[in-house]
Amino acid sequence: MQTNNAPVAKKDYKFDTKVQYLKYKVLREVAREAWQGTLLENVLDIPKIIIPGKTPTMRCCVYKERAILGERVKIAMGGDKNNPNVIEVIETACDECPMGGYEVTNACRGCLAHRCEDACRKGAISFDHNQKAHIDKTKCVECGLCAKNCPYSAIMNFKRPCMSACKVNAISMNEDKAAKIDNDKCISCGACVYQCPFGAITDKSFIINVIDMIQKSRNNEKYKVYALVAPAIGSQFSYAKLGQVVQGIKELGFFTVIEAALGADMVAWMESKELSECGDYLTSSCCPAFVDYIRKSFPNMADHISSNLSPAGTIARYIKSTDPDSKVIFIGPCTAKKMEFQKEEVRPYIDSVITFEELQALFDSRDIDLKSLDEDILDNASYFGRIFARSGGLADAVKQALKEQNIDFDLKAVSCDGIEACKVALLKKGKNMLDANFIEGMACVGGCIGGAGCLTHGEKNKAEVDKYGKEAMEKTISEAISMVKLPEHNHN
Amino acid sequence: MKVTVCIGSSCHLKGSRRVVEGLQYLIGENNLKDKVELGGTFCMNNCQNGVCVTVDDKNFSVSPDTVEDFFKTEILAKV
Repeated sequence: MQTNNAPVAKKDYKFDTKVQYLKYKVLREVAREAWQGTLLENVLDIPKIIIPGKTPTMRCCVYKERAILGERVKIAMGGDKNNPNVIEVIETACDECPMGGYEVTNACRGCLAHRCEDACRKGAISFDHNQKAHIDKTKCVECGLCAKNCPYSAIMNFKRPCMSACKVNAISMNEDKAAKIDNDKCISCGACVYQCPFGAITDKSFIINVIDMIQKSRNNEKYKVYALVAPAIGSQFSYAKLGQVVQGIKELGFFTVIEAALGADMVAWMESKELSECGDYLTSSCCPAFVDYIRKSFPNMADHISSNLSPAGTIARYIKSTDPDSKVIFIGPCTAKKMEFQKEEVRPYIDSVITFEELQALFDSRDIDLKSLDEDILDNASYFGRIFARSGGLADAVKQALKEQNIDFDLKAVSCDGIEACKVALLKKGKNMLDANFIEGMACVGGCIGGAGCLTHGEKNKAEVDKYGKEAMEKTISEAISMVKLPEHNHN
Repeated sequence: MKVTVCIGSSCHLKGSRRVVEGLQYLIGENNLKDKVELGGTFCMNNCQNGVCVTVDDKNFSVSPDTVEDFFKTEILAKV
């Protein structure tokens, strides 16, 4: 293990940020103890294992660091049972960032032009005896025009990263100025988790439940534990081969690995049929955060949500139909999936959910070095099922499924890339100003490959997913799904 | 009679789809739909002998090329 006092070289970890790396270390240590059955005994020692010695590495003192790590350990063990949301704030970790909105900084030169004043429509800008600008907060409406017009970029918007990240406005601050999540608005997308520079908002982990399920299966003899992996895996674990990741998952104790993308093929098939028969418009069912967003913020449009389960739910239902005693664990990029699997309609089929971040922690908790493993195989789905992982893939798949079923239907699909784009489309559709009969919504920008539970979020990820798609043996949806009996189609 | 074909990754690459399609066709041709229940499962833990097929819990190794013979001897003859 590397010493914590040394600066961390980028290549030493497999994540985008040091916050992810810290979270990973906690998950790894919790998992290590859980495999050994010593978690309850040693749980209080974990912060000290991660930050030994007396020198603080991140904050004012090691004691605060360890106290916060104690909170992280709790969340790695499932978090606050009284809070139904899978996204949780660690109040002690929240730095209570300034959130004053637009403010004039020292860069103001006290110029003559006063463009800020001319730009402000509310008369909120005044000047002191040095000609330096000041903003009257009682008049300011945070429009940002002053900042845009200042030639010195001297006016800045001090907004909390979590609040900027949360496009559904679920984050405010509590009496202590710590971030507070409104569960009635939150869609568990995890954008704030990824964006908070202090790692003060994080997703609850179910790794110890998963470890428990694996151990109690007694090498898959009592029941089988299936790993259901999301197609975004095509862009992840890029330091190893996909076949090695599959092998690694089996070494953890999973019976076998199945592509959730096969469920995506099934959903594309059924959703296209449903769309052609519904006589109006449909919104997609595959992104749980998008579905939750419609239910919470556009409830009058909820009737238009496709009646299909998500791809993961659909294929998990099939697995359970072939093996009712099995346990199905979804592994993906998504924090909202942790919310989805607890819903009544999905609970019978998916037993738990972990992220790619957590999978990495599980590998390392057992010292599984992916690069040294033999390559196993993963091939269940078609190209179209696999490209669900990126924005636009679902609409492409629905178009293909209509073609393969010879359904004569004029598909007008809109692919919404990120929850802001979803909001725009839903608002327009609500006012009958959107000429579309199919709204594909992905809460994360880029689609699932932008999910908060990804190890890395790279420019090349979309290309990686397309490449992974093209490697599928089955080239059409009908070929991929010919193996699985389709469940009866539910009409709205 | 219950016939189960492995549709896991390894068997899939060895042609389990064509085995499933072959069996579906032959079962239909011979009017055995009421007597033979054809299903799939993910992995039978015998990947090297794929495509794995079980007939009432008895194991067989079938390929797209042998599916017709397999059907005649193990299904049609015994149903």
